[in-house]
Amino acid sequence: MAIAREAEPVGSLREVRDAGLDREDLLQVYRNMVLTRGIEERGHILYRQGKIPGSFYTGRGNEAASVGVAAAMGPDDVGTPLHRDMGVHVTRGVEPWRIFAQYMGRVDGPTRGRDGNVHMADSKLGLIAMVSHLPAMLPVAVGAALAFRIREEKRVAVAWFGEGASARGDCHEGMTLAGVRKLPVVFVCDNNQWAYSTPTHLEYATEHVADRADAYGFEGIVVDGTDVLAVYREVKRAIEKARAGGGPTLIESLTLRMEGHAVHDDAFYVPKQMFEEWAKSDPLERFRTWLRENADLTDEEEDEIASEVKRTLNEALRRAEESPLPEAPQLLEGVYASPEDLDTPHHK
Amino acid sequence: MAELTYLQAISDGLRTEMRRDKRVFVIGEDVGVYGGAFKVTLGFQEEFGHWRVIDAPLAETAIVGACTGAAIMGMRPVAEMQFADFISCAWDQLVTVAAKQRWRAGTPVPMVVRLPSGGGFSGGPFHSQNPESSFAHIPGLKCVCPATPEDAKGLLISAIEDPNPVLYFEHKHLYRRIKAEVPEERYTVPIGKARVHQEGEDISVITWGAMVYTAEEAAKQLDDVSVEIVDLRTVMPWDKAAVLESVRKTSKVLVLHEDTRTGGFGAEIAATIAEDAFEDLDAPVKRIAAPDTPVPFSPPLEKAFIPQVDDVAAGLRELAEY
Repeated sequence: MAIAREAEPVGSLREVRDAGLDREDLLQVYRNMVLTRGIEERGHILYRQGKIPGSFYTGRGNEAASVGVAAAMGPDDVGTPLHRDMGVHVTRGVEPWRIFAQYMGRVDGPTRGRDGNVHMADSKLGLIAMVSHLPAMLPVAVGAALAFRIREEKRVAVAWFGEGASARGDCHEGMTLAGVRKLPVVFVCDNNQWAYSTPTHLEYATEHVADRADAYGFEGIVVDGTDVLAVYREVKRAIEKARAGGGPTLIESLTLRMEGHAVHDDAFYVPKQMFEEWAKSDPLERFRTWLRENADLTDEEEDEIASEVKRTLNEALRRAEESPLPEAPQLLEGVYASPEDLDTPHHK
Repeated sequence: MAELTYLQAISDGLRTEMRRDKRVFVIGEDVGVYGGAFKVTLGFQEEFGHWRVIDAPLAETAIVGACTGAAIMGMRPVAEMQFADFISCAWDQLVTVAAKQRWRAGTPVPMVVRLPSGGGFSGGPFHSQNPESSFAHIPGLKCVCPATPEDAKGLLISAIEDPNPVLYFEHKHLYRRIKAEVPEERYTVPIGKARVHQEGEDISVITWGAMVYTAEEAAKQLDDVSVEIVDLRTVMPWDKAAVLESVRKTSKVLVLHEDTRTGGFGAEIAATIAEDAFEDLDAPVKRIAAPDTPVPFSPPLEKAFIPQVDDVAAGLRELAEY
């Protein structure tokens, strides 16, 4: 039996305005979703061209969830997005050419070729770079929230994890600490229903991951992760509650991972019917239709967004390909931080 | 100057930094109301409040992970593991996240993890270990192991000031046994600098932590041999130059530690001496360390495990006669 609250879809434009988004914001959200998908589609092409070493991961199907959460964050809030959350980097303002440089292991990627994929973050944009041990970032986000609480700042940390990562101890420990201390943190579970090849019934025995929130002393909410406005509304409420001292919330955003775990994986284990069913609620298509029906999105506006994104991507690819590969001696730089490295916005 | 125990010197260093810098906070199990299992933070919560002296749930992963997040947000966290042994629960946070964040993502993680370590009082396999070599092997982490009250205070202040994750191994057998004059004012002891505990001419002992005193006692048993004791103080980064200088002077060397032998940090020191000072040696490098077993509980077994004064004296004699 579900314990978590199951969120309703968002209806009218008025309801959206009440949640804090005007028409211009809505178009920006749509543009960020289109750009997010565009970056990952271009990444796929680069991978097939042999320009991306290692493997390649995308968040196809998660664009609404990642952009919706990021749109609800304030400028001084921070987060630990994962590999299905490209939309968070895009919304926070990372320059797309730097993402391509990161993919290709070039020096202008945020990790300067030291790490690949979406293992990156621009700390100036309030993001902390993920590690492969996915739930490890939950206690880190809780620690950011702890810093805000100690300093009595009205800032919130957002911690991402997947339903697969929810099995690990870090998840339990992070939520326990956040719960007992009522820390300003919002836990976002990207539940894409597959941990590599493992289905949800072999990952957790409750109906929802969000049902667990009750056990940690805070609210759990399940939201349709293909509905960008519902994600935005629920996360916005949770963030403002945390900001006001109301403690954590666990929001489970339900989607389907529309591709394999990574580019090498054809996801043969996912029933074809499941893909067909979820393809009907493609997040981009769903929001585009909503905008047409509720916010008078015109053909011209749509074309303008599409061509601006295309120009941005072309320019980004050109610039990233000009970025050099790192040179061997750079390997040894910066294993240890020097005192000057602390001269960052966070360390004043 | 006041005479302080090793434990009081740790408290003094921590209190000094907390008074000076509002970014410094303490988090751990029972560190607040109870003052810590060994009372290092006794009275801290009264002075600094419960948001700077935080009683955490029994969750080492959350403690160390939260320190990482808070450090990235500009705080200077000091985590206490109740026993160094429990750091195994937070391995991932230290090794996967904190150690690599600066190199990978350009984000420094200035934090300290205090680790009450070492045996000698029947703590058994889970309350007696010296896991410094495991962490010295991880690029991005620093490991300090003070032996004296003066270094305990100065190295803790340096560790808090350092922009990297620093593991501070405090040996439990020194807590109340070792007392010395400690300056009352704030001072730092540089990380990565060894200290000559005792000058000598014939044999160098390279050691750290509680074994400094074992070496000192052993040296007293040899009337006709002059022993130099180098207290490494910092295991990572370690003072290669000071070790090589001492080896070149004496030409015979004993590497001594309380951690187990195979893959212990002494192996790294011995290998470095073999690479860089082979021509200066008059005897093979000798290692004395605990045998490759878990730490035992029963006193006769524990005595057989931890290098004893007589074991070290025998090793020194062997080297002297070589």
